[in-house]
Amino acid sequence: MQKLLSGNAFVFGKNVDTDQIYPGRFVEFTDVEDVAKYAMFGADPEFTCKVKKGDFIVAGTNFGCGSSREHAAITLKAVGIGAIIAESFARIFYRNAINLGIPLIVCPNISKLIQTGDRLSLDLHSGEIRLEKSLIATAEPMSEYVLNILESGGIKPLIKQQLATGNRA
Amino acid sequence: MHAIEKLLAKKAGKRSVKTGEIINCEIDMAGINDLYLQTLRSFFEMGGTKVHDPSKVIMFLDHYAPASTITQATNQKQFREFCWDQGIDLLMDIDQGVCHQVLADKGLAYPGEIVVITDSHTTTHGAFGAFGTGVGATDLAIILATGKLWFRVPEIIKINFEGKLPKGVYAKDAILHAIGTLGADYAVYKAVEFGGSMLEHLSISERMALCNMSTEMGAKASYIQPDAITMAFLEEKVTRAYEIYHTDEDFVYADEVTFDVSNLKPQLAAPSSVDNVFDVSQFIGRHIDQAYLGSCTGGRADDIGIAAHILQGRKVAPRTRFVIVPASKGVLLEAMEKGYVKTLIEAGATFVTPGCAACLGTHEGMIASGETCITTTNRNFPGRMGDTKAEIFLGSPAAVAAAALMGEIVDPTLYM
Repeated sequence: MQKLLSGNAFVFGKNVDTDQIYPGRFVEFTDVEDVAKYAMFGADPEFTCKVKKGDFIVAGTNFGCGSSREHAAITLKAVGIGAIIAESFARIFYRNAINLGIPLIVCPNISKLIQTGDRLSLDLHSGEIRLEKSLIATAEPMSEYVLNILESGGIKPLIKQQLATGNRA
Repeated sequence: MHAIEKLLAKKAGKRSVKTGEIINCEIDMAGINDLYLQTLRSFFEMGGTKVHDPSKVIMFLDHYAPASTITQATNQKQFREFCWDQGIDLLMDIDQGVCHQVLADKGLAYPGEIVVITDSHTTTHGAFGAFGTGVGATDLAIILATGKLWFRVPEIIKINFEGKLPKGVYAKDAILHAIGTLGADYAVYKAVEFGGSMLEHLSISERMALCNMSTEMGAKASYIQPDAITMAFLEEKVTRAYEIYHTDEDFVYADEVTFDVSNLKPQLAAPSSVDNVFDVSQFIGRHIDQAYLGSCTGGRADDIGIAAHILQGRKVAPRTRFVIVPASKGVLLEAMEKGYVKTLIEAGATFVTPGCAACLGTHEGMIASGETCITTTNRNFPGRMGDTKAEIFLGSPAAVAAAALMGEIVDPTLYM
């Protein structure tokens, strides 16, 4: 995957839960085209009209808390979110997003340094986050394990390869 | 090592593990809910053809039980067909109830087990000395394909509750108090062990409520060291062999906090986050449109019994609805046998089929804009049970039942 990403920021607060990312009443939808219509619907019903491919979500602590619904990650991937930068992530959401190949970056205080509409660039390997051209923060490096999943385009290709070679370790 | 670490090491085929290490564990029980058709899709997208071990897979049609839209019905049909095609015998169809309660009722939750379900409240199984954790659809599909899943060995925190809860105050109050004090992100990515003298007086039902709610502080798993209360439950329910692990005396917790519960007042989580917790006295007199008793947190027979005790010979307030959703078929049968159902229906309560119902905001008890609901469930996020402009308070079964009786938030200890 691309090492250097850039896009506009959409900034949210702390404890953005999965009902805000993807409300429960839409969980019965299973096709990606349907799921894509409701990204961030509980927090901002206009979000899908405003977001462009490659844009970033920036948030406070515990982004993605709540339900295990993978729809929350699927909907953000479907609208083309480039990366999510948050002060911390809820565990299940973290796994779901990485499994689908969405880069998740942990960076303390980031929600206070950036405003909605800021043009950001992000170096996935160094964790450096730039606003216009100036460095404003350096995020925690991702683990090798997680980077490997992202660079493989999500976990499905990796498991597919394992199954094909009969390696179940 | 901690008991959880010993359990994880065993399942990973290792002698020891350390915090932060990534390990690949054999999964004893993998559960899928009817919300997550993506699980089957991911399984096939990864090249899966036959489920690795169908005897370790359980399918729950609980979130839409029974289906209320054609889409839900179509999804459930696909789950049933998958079970039949794959030889998965543990198909828990719409008659059974919420996954966590069904596992407990059927003796499928036991010490030393790793149980992974596509449901965030899988931490509930810490009440049995198991390692229970929730995952998304694709992670569950990996288990279907390989029988295993990777985990990061978590830091372990200990939360002690000391003292005996006052009359009319419950485990739900204790855990709400802890979440309110520590915050909704206190235990993100960590495992939480519950200890302290309060547990000596806590039934399995109450312990399940405690472990269930650890999800709301971000916990990956929870744990209660099996004791005489656990063993009494296991002897009645569990027929398979299991292993109980014990924590080494020199184990150092990542953090340890202690709460004295002996004077704890009933607690409520006010809209719209689970850590927005206050004594019930802050909200006395607030009108309640709907009181809701149910879910994997607060829909057990003991909870329904508390409501029956409060409403015996009385009526639900005129401008208030009281919706009751037994967590499982077993719970409903027990509530019927003990007379709770008759008492509550005569009092004006509405019973809903066992399952998740309105807890996740899909059907059976949704609330309108401007309405206020008090509930024994686990989340009061905006829009959780219906309109985003509705307000949700979380409380104990007693707080919910007393509010149903009076039509407003009251101190439940006055009605016990």
